[in-house]
Amino acid sequence: MSTVFIAFQANEDTRPIIEAIMADNPHAEVEDQPAMVKVSAPDKLTINKATVEEVIGREFDLQEMHINLITLSGHVDEDDEYFTLSWNS
Amino acid sequence: MDMPVKKPKLGIKERYAFLTRDLGWEPTYQPKDKIYPYTRYEGIKIHDWDKWEDPFRLTMDAYWKYQAEKERKFYAIIDAHAQNNGHLNITDARYLTALKLFLQAISPGEYAAHKGFARIGREFEGVGTQVACQMQSLDEIRHAQTQIHAISNYNKYYNGFHAFAQQRDRIWYTSVPRSFFDDAMSGGPFEFITAIGFAFEYVLTNLLFVPFMSGAAYNGDMATVTFGFSAQSDEARHMTLGLECIKFMLEQDPDNLPIVQKWLDKWFWRGLRILTLVGAMMDYMLPKRVMSWKEAWQIYGVENGGALFRDLARYGVRVPKGWDIANESADHVSHQLMLGLYQWSFGTSFHAWIPSDEDMDWLSAKYPDTFDRYYRPRWDHIRKLAEAGTPYQNVGLAQLCNVCQLPAVFTEPGDPTRHSHRQTEHEGEIYHFCSDGCRDIFLDEPEKYVQSWLPMPQLFNAPNFGDVGKWMEWVGLVPGQDNGDYQGSQDQADFEAWKHQASAT
Repeated sequence: MSTVFIAFQANEDTRPIIEAIMADNPHAEVEDQPAMVKVSAPDKLTINKATVEEVIGREFDLQEMHINLITLSGHVDEDDEYFTLSWNS
Repeated sequence: MDMPVKKPKLGIKERYAFLTRDLGWEPTYQPKDKIYPYTRYEGIKIHDWDKWEDPFRLTMDAYWKYQAEKERKFYAIIDAHAQNNGHLNITDARYLTALKLFLQAISPGEYAAHKGFARIGREFEGVGTQVACQMQSLDEIRHAQTQIHAISNYNKYYNGFHAFAQQRDRIWYTSVPRSFFDDAMSGGPFEFITAIGFAFEYVLTNLLFVPFMSGAAYNGDMATVTFGFSAQSDEARHMTLGLECIKFMLEQDPDNLPIVQKWLDKWFWRGLRILTLVGAMMDYMLPKRVMSWKEAWQIYGVENGGALFRDLARYGVRVPKGWDIANESADHVSHQLMLGLYQWSFGTSFHAWIPSDEDMDWLSAKYPDTFDRYYRPRWDHIRKLAEAGTPYQNVGLAQLCNVCQLPAVFTEPGDPTRHSHRQTEHEGEIYHFCSDGCRDIFLDEPEKYVQSWLPMPQLFNAPNFGDVGKWMEWVGLVPGQDNGDYQGSQDQADFEAWKHQASAT
């Protein structure tokens, strides 16, 4: 098993993204570090546009997260509706 | 992030296809190998450039929109930092050593990466690759500029920041990252993207930026957190580009595997050596520490790098040579380098200091197997010398490694009491190395590394001719002001006086 992760700046833009990740990926773990927040999960992690939109109450373009992204690990698969990180092993 | 989101008329994949692939055309005036003459000589075989996928599918129009937003955020905070005496919010002025080292060693590397990606964006013949390299080239010059702007606020008040561009070319420790980037830029386009895009960005960048920015946040440096995060927001894209490039090469032809593996071995080792500077910064230069170098190596090296190489094993790739040595050395290298920086601190553009009892207790706790046994006794001895009024200065010149250009301060794998030194003879000249890793890199391309610009021989060349005072002037150092022990420095006195003034009103 390998871990994928994604880290964001800790701010009001990313709080709902983290909330959406946790709702859709119950196996994920959140870690708060100075000024940043890191979410890790075994093998796979998905961010769904619909879930983020539900949390923030407006339309959301997944590419908006580029502004607050710090780092990630795993293969990226990006579409209009979802953003997935995974390892194939 | 209050940007209006319009319903996209096209899906992200279609938009990406139109705005990248559709911009490429079949040339008719000239054959492709004349237009792109550099994509073959390294031996990498590419059969179908259209198989290149950029998983982020960021198009140029969206790129400008998001980058503009990042710039607005960045400059709003930098203005506030400058207007509100942000420089007095840092924990104490020792912290500035980390920042000086960053500006002298890393920011010029960003600029070098900008030039490198601009070049390979022209040299690669796939449109997806060209667009991704163009974006990264723009990112890298943005990083260099924002870092210089952010740190220029500190230059108004403190010593050692003023001559970073000159020092990039002339001072000894900056030749470590400089030679790294020069080495990459003098390779072909595939080696360059493997070196910078993959080995540096994917495998190692987390070790540079993430702990550095957390450290800056923890030590009250709003300016650095801001440029760091602004730069880091581009890094996920860079890392993904690097990984994509490796997969692309490996999928295109099985003959590419041995070439790629050789580059991974080389650039992992070169990157690891550079990061020794980061290790010293994390363990010694932050008044308030976030995590140790060893802990960061465990998370981002062992765990994350391990996951990556397990994944790439399906292509036949193995972990880079030197991986086990890297794991073992994580217990030692930061201490070994910091002891070096302290004893040569009369020739640096930053201050060094002897760790306090509290610092050393933290180091003991973080390095239970090594610190008390190998390094605390040396610091204790150095402290005794300082207390006796005879502070230890190593006025001999450091033996530099001909490849990584760090002073050869490291020890043998398996025996931290024995100094590691390798040498080899090539066409009648003797060359010195810090390790097997660096020696092997030399042996593979001796014609390249015999040309290394080494800062120590430069001291004896024109215009300095061995005169240390002249050398100080040549590298832009004011002795005793820009360098030496932090205790008793002008930076220390000024910071304490201003801080007192700020709180007394």
